[in-house]
Amino acid sequence: MGEVIVITSGKGGVGKTTTTANVGTGLAKLNKKVVLIDTDIGLRNLDVVMGLENRIVYNLVDVIEGNCRIKQALIKDKRYPNLYLLPSAQTKDKTAVTPEQMKKLATDLKGEFDYILMDCPAGIEQGFRNAIAGADSALVVTTPEVSAVRDADRIIGLLEANEMNRTHLIVNRLRADMVKRGDMMSSDDVVDILAVDLIGVVPDDENVVISTNQGEPLVGNDTLAGQAYMNISRRILGENVPLLDLNGKKGLLERLSEIFRKN
Amino acid sequence: MKFSDFFRRKSSGTVAKDRLKLVLVSDRTNCSPDIMEQLKNDIINVISKYVEIDTDELDIKITQTEMEGTSEPVPALFANIPIRNMKIH
Repeated sequence: MGEVIVITSGKGGVGKTTTTANVGTGLAKLNKKVVLIDTDIGLRNLDVVMGLENRIVYNLVDVIEGNCRIKQALIKDKRYPNLYLLPSAQTKDKTAVTPEQMKKLATDLKGEFDYILMDCPAGIEQGFRNAIAGADSALVVTTPEVSAVRDADRIIGLLEANEMNRTHLIVNRLRADMVKRGDMMSSDDVVDILAVDLIGVVPDDENVVISTNQGEPLVGNDTLAGQAYMNISRRILGENVPLLDLNGKKGLLERLSEIFRKN
Repeated sequence: MKFSDFFRRKSSGTVAKDRLKLVLVSDRTNCSPDIMEQLKNDIINVISKYVEIDTDELDIKITQTEMEGTSEPVPALFANIPIRNMKIH
């Protein structure tokens, strides 16, 4: 029986879609069968971040309306084993589907997949309610900024009100240099304020922009963000992975010598 | 700003955290700035019946405080109301 995870944030532009693409691809790389669902009807983007925009035939609304079978709408990502995308519709709006329909879709997919990742739209309206309807757990993405943390707090409250009892936090786009000089909240500060369990910290890394430009998730490569996303995927599988040291890029030797110095 | 203030300046990260804590208290308790303003005015009116207070210097806000027996901080009404003159009846 698979697990349905919703990736949400409240505020737009904090990295929900990037997180969905990378964490999902990471899980697939770890040999899990994964489907990514773009629930942002009218503003679809997960397809371009994944680099699968040219292969769309049917979409989420087609599946819900019964214009096609689920299997026909799922796009198989040929680069990874067992990774699929269910793209959103670009021409409809959020009211095209209901929370009950999303719940049924999620239940149907649970039999087939290990992980079903729902990329939630920004906001707290129907799009949000659709995305969380069938979810077993939630990943709340925020950046260390006042507006994003405030919205994340609101989202966490709404998730609790909807009886979501497993919520984890991802602090995205952290700049270690700014934290060091006191000009950015640290991930500890954000966790302190929101009082939810942290599952990962992703540094502000220009490689994320490059990977999105190319339509190729960077999870698992040797960039800092790539490693951070892979660590999150591993933690979802229950592995105990320590937090990444985000203090700038370091060579392997330097990192090794640090480990020896610490012990 | 005084020259000495420059060195004592709070880092913007700390400012962000402090501001967030305050705004989240009012968000979570669903207490709008309007209601806060009414509450403040009512408190001023009641206290003014008995003592003369300094309305420019007074500070009334909802903050979070630790309570014995609970692990989570609870909201608390914080009021600092300087008295100018005790009214003697």
